[in-house]
Amino acid sequence: MTVAERDLEAGMTSGGFSACPACVAAPSAERIAQMAAPADARIMLSLPSAHCAACISAVEGKLNGFPGVKSARLNLTMKRVSVDAEPQITADILIEALKSVGYEAHELDAGLLSATEADKQARDLLMRLGVAFFSMMNVMLLSIAVWAGAEGATRDMFHWISAAIALPTVVFAGQPFFKSAWMSLRAGRLGMDVPISLALILASSISVFETIYSGHHAYFDAAVMLCFFLLIGRYLDYRTRAIARSAAEELAALEVPRATVLVDGAEVVRAISEIIKGDIVLVRPGGRMPVDGVVIHGESEVDRSLLTGESLPVFAGQGTLVSAGEVNLTGPLTLQVTAAGRDSSLHRMADLVAVAEAAKTRYTSLAERAASWYSPLVHILSFGAFGFWMWQTGGDLRYAINISAAVLIITCPCALGLAVPAVVTAASGRLFRKGLLIKQGTALERLAEVDTVVFDKTGTLTMGTPVATNLDDHPRQAVEVAAALAGASGHPLARALADAARAAGVHPAHVEELREVPGYGVEGQWKGQKVRLGRAEWCNAEGQTQTATWLCTGDAAPSAFTFTDRLRPGADVAVKALQSSGKRVILLSGDTEPAVAAIAATLGISEWASGQLPAEKAAKVASLTAEGARVLMVGDGLNDTAALAGAHVSISPATALDAARVASDIVLLGQDMAPIADAVRISRQSTRRIIENFMISGGYNLIAVPLALAGLATPLAAALAMSLSSITVSLNALRLK
Amino acid sequence: MDVLGILIPVSLFLGLLGLAFFVWAMKARQFDDPEGDANRILTKEWDDKPRP
Repeated sequence: MTVAERDLEAGMTSGGFSACPACVAAPSAERIAQMAAPADARIMLSLPSAHCAACISAVEGKLNGFPGVKSARLNLTMKRVSVDAEPQITADILIEALKSVGYEAHELDAGLLSATEADKQARDLLMRLGVAFFSMMNVMLLSIAVWAGAEGATRDMFHWISAAIALPTVVFAGQPFFKSAWMSLRAGRLGMDVPISLALILASSISVFETIYSGHHAYFDAAVMLCFFLLIGRYLDYRTRAIARSAAEELAALEVPRATVLVDGAEVVRAISEIIKGDIVLVRPGGRMPVDGVVIHGESEVDRSLLTGESLPVFAGQGTLVSAGEVNLTGPLTLQVTAAGRDSSLHRMADLVAVAEAAKTRYTSLAERAASWYSPLVHILSFGAFGFWMWQTGGDLRYAINISAAVLIITCPCALGLAVPAVVTAASGRLFRKGLLIKQGTALERLAEVDTVVFDKTGTLTMGTPVATNLDDHPRQAVEVAAALAGASGHPLARALADAARAAGVHPAHVEELREVPGYGVEGQWKGQKVRLGRAEWCNAEGQTQTATWLCTGDAAPSAFTFTDRLRPGADVAVKALQSSGKRVILLSGDTEPAVAAIAATLGISEWASGQLPAEKAAKVASLTAEGARVLMVGDGLNDTAALAGAHVSISPATALDAARVASDIVLLGQDMAPIADAVRISRQSTRRIIENFMISGGYNLIAVPLALAGLATPLAAALAMSLSSITVSLNALRLK
Repeated sequence: MDVLGILIPVSLFLGLLGLAFFVWAMKARQFDDPEGDANRILTKEWDDKPRP
């Protein structure tokens, strides 16, 4: 199967989604899957809750014992499992299997190309790190002999051997620094890598020079040590970002890249980009609308929750306008396309996001701010020392260059290079174990500054899945009939009702001639009477504000089964914790007023607004920002996307739409929402640690730089200052709780 | 001090041997899942014989 086809199938069958009951059986996906040549499937699943040795046994045991699976291996570091299986095995079958042993799983797009590419880079850095470590240890061994008092020919021999080890190492291991220094110089900037590269080159060349003229001091050990410590920082930084990026971006796409078009009555599958206004498109139950259009045939209900935040499905019949991104629930719909591609509402939403992102000023991270004044300072100090000693010694070039190299080596931001990555790695590792994925490097710093939190309702604070509430208010017989009718439909309310009845131990009544009437409900014959379960108007009942489905038996008065949207676990904990830490919490939802008011009351949120359009949400976030607030936006729908992009920092659950996840900085992997409050606390702590680390490395420089300027720094002093400061900042980063 | 003539090559050789093993271990993807490997030694599976 090609990647595109996998995407499509993944898009149509991804589980854990609010209203996608018939996705699994989506016929077009099946057909496309069959069209591809049968090849072994390689499936990647993200397992946010895996954390221990028992998880490995349970997951691998379950999957390896599954018929059709050839091999499965859980990578605990990345919290993902890769499965080699026979072609008929799909991700959804495995997700169900894992659910039965208690693990929540999401499909990852096995875009293998990007995965191996990331692996290659990480391994490349690791290789350089290993080489630098080897030379550091060996050169240090020889250097200690020199420091201990080796003289004359012995010292020269040690220096020559050191040179033989160190020079190839600097050339090989220093490449990442040389490359990025060259790039920043070409762009006309003075990045942190410029003084690093200069120090490496200067230290190596001056040491070779000293060795040739049998001088006393050679800085080979300093050069390789510099490489080693800085590569650690680089590697940590890279690994954190690689893990986050791969998991966040490979979460299977939910948008449909293709649509079924009717051409002279025949079904043709086409890419969305090829569809033009006026085409006739068929959308099966469970499918997502690929385009904006008007219904010309068929009746159904559509779930608009991801676009508007409305939790109640809406009736769609001939003449109803539908927008791309809505989910068709019960019956097949034939649409005439009114807008596709660039003009569709989905794209207008994307434009809104682009505007919001452009308006967001680029955030300069602490590390960038530190580098922007540190790196010129280092150059000025070094050149200043050179000039001063040239003047002082009356033109002793060798001595002056030696001093300026020593200044560069000592001030070289070894500790500074580790200060941020060590803390960010520790913090994101901690958050990852709690089920939060940091996508952006600066997200933690921005999160630490947050003082206002804006929540979306449907799909964010709530699960987006209905739960039956008043089963006990009905006579048992009515529940039995309702359960039988509900069992015949894939509608989310019907499924919720059937689940609730099963949980209550109710056996469905024997109802015959079951028939689903798309857009209305299910009807059948029970003991010679006509029974119906469905929309209020279909049962001649008064509609009510609460989410409900109606049961009518013969001519008897209809009775309502009501539903509520279940709160996401941990939502109350998160809101309470945020409020008690002094954050302003606001609820903005596109849903109707009663639904929003009920949730706001349950969670104790006093500031809320209902019926919010996407642009209104974004405008609200923008106006809060204009008032000086630092906004954290938590949302999942397309209607939140612009607000997510416009906020200071944003979080979206893993079940969110692709666009929302892309726009947000942090992805919540598990169902539980409580980690959000932890994330804010940890981010504040980690920012404090980063600043402490800057102060520690600054403190070392404050002592060592005057020594170097005065010409008193020896290679031993440089080695001590470098290793001590690097170890201190790493230990400080580990204090993060 | 003649012993240096032997000891330095020996130490360098051992160091290079270590480096070679590191390169081999990395090519064999042994650093791909450090956390998982740390946990795998705790399970009882494959205690009697290595995984085929």
